[in-house]
Amino acid sequence: MNQSPFSNALQTTELSGARSLVESLKREGVEYIFGVNGGAAMPIFDALYGETDIKLIPMRHEQGCSHAADGYARATGKVGVALATSGPGATNLVTGIATAYMDSIPMVAITGQVFTHYIGSDAFQECDVIGVTRPICKHSYLIKSSDEVADVVAEAFHIARTGKPGPVVIDIAKDAQMKEAPYHYPASVDIRSYKPQVHGDPGQIAKAAELIKQAKRPMLYAGGGVVLADASAELRELTLKTGIPITVTLMGLGAFPETHPLAMEMPGMHGSCCANYAFTDSDLVVAIGARFDDRVTGDLGKFAPNAKKIHIDIDASCIGKNVLIDVPIVGDAKSVLTELNKQVGRADIDAWRAQIQEWKQKYPFEYEQKGDKVMPQYVIEQIYEHYSDAIVVADVGQHQMWAAQYFKFTEPRQWLNSGGLGTMGFSLPAAIGAQLGCPDKTVVNINGDGSYIMTIQELVPAITLKLPLKIFIINNMYLGMVRQWQELFHGKRYSAVDYHDNPDFAMLAQAFGATGLRVEHVEDVRPALQKAKGIDDGPVVIDFIVAEEENVFPMVPAGAGLGDVIRGLS
Amino acid sequence: MENINSDERHIFSVLVENRFGVLARVAGLFSGRGFNIDSLNVAETHDESISQMTLVTHGDAQIIEQIYQHLNRLIDVIEVTDLTTGTHVERELVLIKLSAEPHERAEILQVAEIFRARVVDVKPTSLTLEITGDEGKLNAAIEVLDIYGILELARTGKIAMLRGVND
Ligand SMILES: Cc1ncc(C[n+]2csc(CCOP(=O)(O)OP(=O)(O)O)c2C)c(N)n1
Ligand SMILES: [Mg+2]
Repeated sequence: MNQSPFSNALQTTELSGARSLVESLKREGVEYIFGVNGGAAMPIFDALYGETDIKLIPMRHEQGCSHAADGYARATGKVGVALATSGPGATNLVTGIATAYMDSIPMVAITGQVFTHYIGSDAFQECDVIGVTRPICKHSYLIKSSDEVADVVAEAFHIARTGKPGPVVIDIAKDAQMKEAPYHYPASVDIRSYKPQVHGDPGQIAKAAELIKQAKRPMLYAGGGVVLADASAELRELTLKTGIPITVTLMGLGAFPETHPLAMEMPGMHGSCCANYAFTDSDLVVAIGARFDDRVTGDLGKFAPNAKKIHIDIDASCIGKNVLIDVPIVGDAKSVLTELNKQVGRADIDAWRAQIQEWKQKYPFEYEQKGDKVMPQYVIEQIYEHYSDAIVVADVGQHQMWAAQYFKFTEPRQWLNSGGLGTMGFSLPAAIGAQLGCPDKTVVNINGDGSYIMTIQELVPAITLKLPLKIFIINNMYLGMVRQWQELFHGKRYSAVDYHDNPDFAMLAQAFGATGLRVEHVEDVRPALQKAKGIDDGPVVIDFIVAEEENVFPMVPAGAGLGDVIRGLS
Repeated sequence: MENINSDERHIFSVLVENRFGVLARVAGLFSGRGFNIDSLNVAETHDESISQMTLVTHGDAQIIEQIYQHLNRLIDVIEVTDLTTGTHVERELVLIKLSAEPHERAEILQVAEIFRARVVDVKPTSLTLEITGDEGKLNAAIEVLDIYGILELARTGKIAMLRGVND
């Protein structure tokens, strides 16, 4: 009875809930599960033991599980799966679930729960996981009986990957994992209360096309929704057909190639002056899968004051949340853009395009070489030169902004980062997920000294799996982004940001069993990157010791308008 | 900042799956996003797989739109209707226990009659009334009856429905 039954004989078989779960995950095409074992999930781990279709990846912390599942999903577009035990296992998953939720990443997080008869009794390792995760997941299920497993898994995957994607939590009581029940996987899912709107309203799309025709200073503003909808090709068509300048947000980088003349690069707090000035002067903003985040708009009162706004988004609740919209279009970016592309032609906006080119030329991202210091921006430029085709997974902080600014992304899913929640510690486990999902790609992890040490333990599975990750630490010995704010807005009172007491990351990497290099001089940057290229039997960690008090510019101070951007260099 | 002037009261009828945790999802949405709930009533409909929530809230037009969209976004929500945009009936039931000495009883019953209240319990020194109506009527009744000394009061919160046949 513990034998794994053949999939085609499943209709009539009685299976344990745990076995049903594993069979159901197979039906959904799951390749990897990132897990940490524990009492209330043991039957599931047992069912995965020796399983060949699904590979169980033992991470070293449950936060690593949820970030790895997330990174896998971001890189592949498929649903990532994380697994943890009840109580502390589940609460450790939470940061990664919230991270995925904020960026609309498809994920299924599975947690063991105490026996049903103990639920509510403050049993050992009991935690109300449904309650804890309610505001940070798209939906959640508590399974109390084995016969619910198949239907719940089918619904969970459907919900995670359709509409506006997001994480779904499945909390499954231990007795429901153990008891046997007839197994039948549903052929299709139909949820009467959940019908995402895919196609945009034709009338609204026609209105949008008309506004685009009339505009003198139009701009496209594309976000992560374009990547999630796999609508990059349609976005490129719209941009090239109309010749309208485009800015792509931190979440969408790569949806349109940043190397193209029409690309204004990223907008917002640390975005390009060109994109920010364009918003301020534009008479039509076409937002596509972007949500007018406060880090993009700055002071709303000064945001795109002269522009009509078109907003294409799969999530109706996103439209009009921050900014008044003239033409809302609810629908999937791919479908809406396909229709819109049929109705637009080349825009007659030469003067505006010339203005954009002038801003681009005049205000590129730039920095000053300080003495003989290794400048962090230079390291990113060099990483770009050596690894321009790589998937780049960044962490959170100054290094993330420099990576977004100085690496020129040309493909969707080439740039992975925690944009919405801004979760330090995201990148190393996410890079593991990305590398497993895309074994033929080079995966570069651009990390910060503060962020790296938050999930450094995940170096262990990366080594065990022989993943050829390029882990590049932009080590400024500070929580640099916070230090920058302290320098600018708190009179240089460097409270709790000095990380000079961190260990030597190169030596530490070696102690873990990875290759570790330390770079302190400018002339060593290129040779080290070159050397890292040749190491493909496991991760390589390069600790780049960079200028400590370098700041990220341009900068729109919090609460200021985009036009008031501080350019940094005069 | 809340703009008091544009603040409007809205009644949402929300049909939801009659399932574990649905009430928490709706309530959590309101607390998490800082929306107001003035009253909330939940009960099964004639279809036992569906519950009906009647939710009274207030806010400016943008907030009301957000509430509508976010309710719709919950997976277990089948349908959301803003009843205040159409002609509708709304009712609420209140139970009021009054201090009523024997000599006051007749007078109280006269007042009760005006509000079509029903007496549901009488004790030597107290009287419990049941009144159904819209908010205005109930508030008027409570104001008058308060003269006799309200000992206890419980309101159901509003339930409401569009007039005529829905399409
Ligand atoms: C988990 C978490 N804690 C705190 C913060 C606040 N925070 C944002 S950036 C940052 C500094 C990151 O330091 P580091 O990784 O060294 O990057 P740097 O800014 O120095 O490049 C901090 C503490 C956060 N984003 N996430
Ligand atoms: Mg740092």
